[in-house]
Amino acid sequence: MKNKSALTQKLCASPHIVWSAIFIVVPLIMVLYYAFTDANGAFTFENILRLGDYTTTFLRSIWYGIVATVICLIIAYPLAYIIAQSKARVQSTMVMLVMIPMWMNFLLRTYAWMTLLEDNGVINGIITKLGFDGVHMINTSGAVILGMVYNFLPYMILPIYTVMTKLDRSLIEAAQDLGANKVCVIKDVVFPSTLSGVVSGITMVFVPSVSTFYISQKLGGGSFALIGDIIEMQFQVSNNFNFGAALSLVLMVLILICMAVMNRFGDDENAAGGMMI
Amino acid sequence: MKNNPIIIDLKNISVSFDNQKILNNINLYIRDGEFITFLGPSGCGKTTTLRIIAGFLQQDSGDVIFEGKNINGVPAYKRQVNTIFQRYALFPHLNVYENIAFGLRIKKMKEQEIKDTVTEMLKLVNLSGFERRNINSLSGGQQQRVAIARALAVKPRVLLLDEPLGALDLKLRKDMQVELKNIQQRLGITFIYVTHDQEEALSMSDTVVVMDGGVIQQIGTPQDVYNEPKNAFVADFIGESNILDGKMLEDFKCSFSGAQFQCLDKGFGIGESVDVVVRPEDVDIVPVEKGILTGEVTSVTFKGVHFEIIVDIGGFKWMIQTTDYEPVGKKIGLDIEPDAIHIMKKSKYSGLYGDYSSFSDELEHLSDIVEEE
Repeated sequence: MKNKSALTQKLCASPHIVWSAIFIVVPLIMVLYYAFTDANGAFTFENILRLGDYTTTFLRSIWYGIVATVICLIIAYPLAYIIAQSKARVQSTMVMLVMIPMWMNFLLRTYAWMTLLEDNGVINGIITKLGFDGVHMINTSGAVILGMVYNFLPYMILPIYTVMTKLDRSLIEAAQDLGANKVCVIKDVVFPSTLSGVVSGITMVFVPSVSTFYISQKLGGGSFALIGDIIEMQFQVSNNFNFGAALSLVLMVLILICMAVMNRFGDDENAAGGMMI
Repeated sequence: MKNNPIIIDLKNISVSFDNQKILNNINLYIRDGEFITFLGPSGCGKTTTLRIIAGFLQQDSGDVIFEGKNINGVPAYKRQVNTIFQRYALFPHLNVYENIAFGLRIKKMKEQEIKDTVTEMLKLVNLSGFERRNINSLSGGQQQRVAIARALAVKPRVLLLDEPLGALDLKLRKDMQVELKNIQQRLGITFIYVTHDQEEALSMSDTVVVMDGGVIQQIGTPQDVYNEPKNAFVADFIGESNILDGKMLEDFKCSFSGAQFQCLDKGFGIGESVDVVVRPEDVDIVPVEKGILTGEVTSVTFKGVHFEIIVDIGGFKWMIQTTDYEPVGKKIGLDIEPDAIHIMKKSKYSGLYGDYSSFSDELEHLSDIVEEE
């Protein structure tokens, strides 16, 4: 009887195991394989050693990722708080408004921003109509970061909002009861209690921001190439799978390190409370 | 206590939610150092009253006076009252020490002072040595103690307790009742306590405020509300009562269940219809020929200290508590002393309570569970 149910469990899990093996484990092994071989399949460190040429691009990617994530957090956190504090009907409407842009294709949204930001685009059209000089916006680093923030903002809002709706209202009342004004309540109770949502929001914005390639091409005009662009180039243009794989591998490792630091920071917040004694 | 100055005065407080009156013209004063309990079934408005005092809720009309000053519109964080919440509401991201220190840090106290106060509070609630413990590693009773320590640390004038023992098991609840009462007496601060448990209310309070339907039904000492209930609701909610439809014949003389009785009540109109309360423990069982009333035993339940028997007297079922066993089906006589009879004016609660014809232990137990949720 016991063996039978164990067998059933294994049978039920098998499609997932097969799926994971084919689409997660095998590709990872292939990335590793390509990264350490040359075009003829011979083992080499050359791909890894070449990475030094792109240090600036790596740094730029991570820097842009950090800036976009911080801006998203600054916008998303108060917004999520306001949504979570609203009445139930207002809440669902506001969540819908956050989600609706996500129903549209990612490429379309980025194209829309191109039309808005171009030198002869919609925004400059309005500015010149009003009698001011046009502003150069497209193909700047600001435009790239704007594109990231716009595209990934919902991924920051939703996890924070979810945690906030679960926040026990009596905790806020308890803090007020003990003399905390609004600022204190948010700083000392709401923020620490919603840290898990902030951490997952940061993960969900930072990772795609660092590895994006389309946004930087369309809104940065190629002059702000990110590591995603370089990787795309290796596969699409140069046909150098080996170097592309090496770049991907290093990007993956860098993101993992960033996340580890991030999680460490999250844990430290808790530990700090204990350390204060 | 009786001469202590008034610390909180509620005047004509009314509150409605969605056109439903939750509190209807509440008038109540609370003296400094008093242990006062709001007692009533769920939805009676007791917690709402507490939240108005705490400042979490604004009344639609009426005034809250704190030591002679109107504090309408003063936010919760500026009021000199602190609350013990039903589910403790301890901050899960802080340890025991930091939870208790929370209010002190907001007051910008010196670190050494904070440390001394926290140590003192933990000692007060018997949790010395728990400073570094994580909140989630504590039992319900320990969490409750931390909540008490946290609220008392900021030295409130008034402590509000919203069914603080509701989530604890019976044994622990009894211990905590004694402990809370001790803490209150030692610190001499005002406790405003909310509960639906009448036994808790009677054993802890100086004053009991019985509420139902957003209206105060009676204010008095525990003895007052038990011995001299104002209406059938109070008589039924506090303890067990046989409530009978009766008539006042003249001062000190009344009739019910088809017989005449001497009583200690006066001042009613001649022939006025009244509700008569007889507590189950005040009825004497006598041989049939000696009884003023006679009836047949329909059920017997052993309760440990006494038997609880239901007696059918002319179709009305009485509950009687007796130490002598009477078998089901036996005819018995009943005698009631004048001081066992309490006369109440007719109210909207007349006829709703006090008949044990549908009584069963199981039902009572079920209704208790529903109330606690």
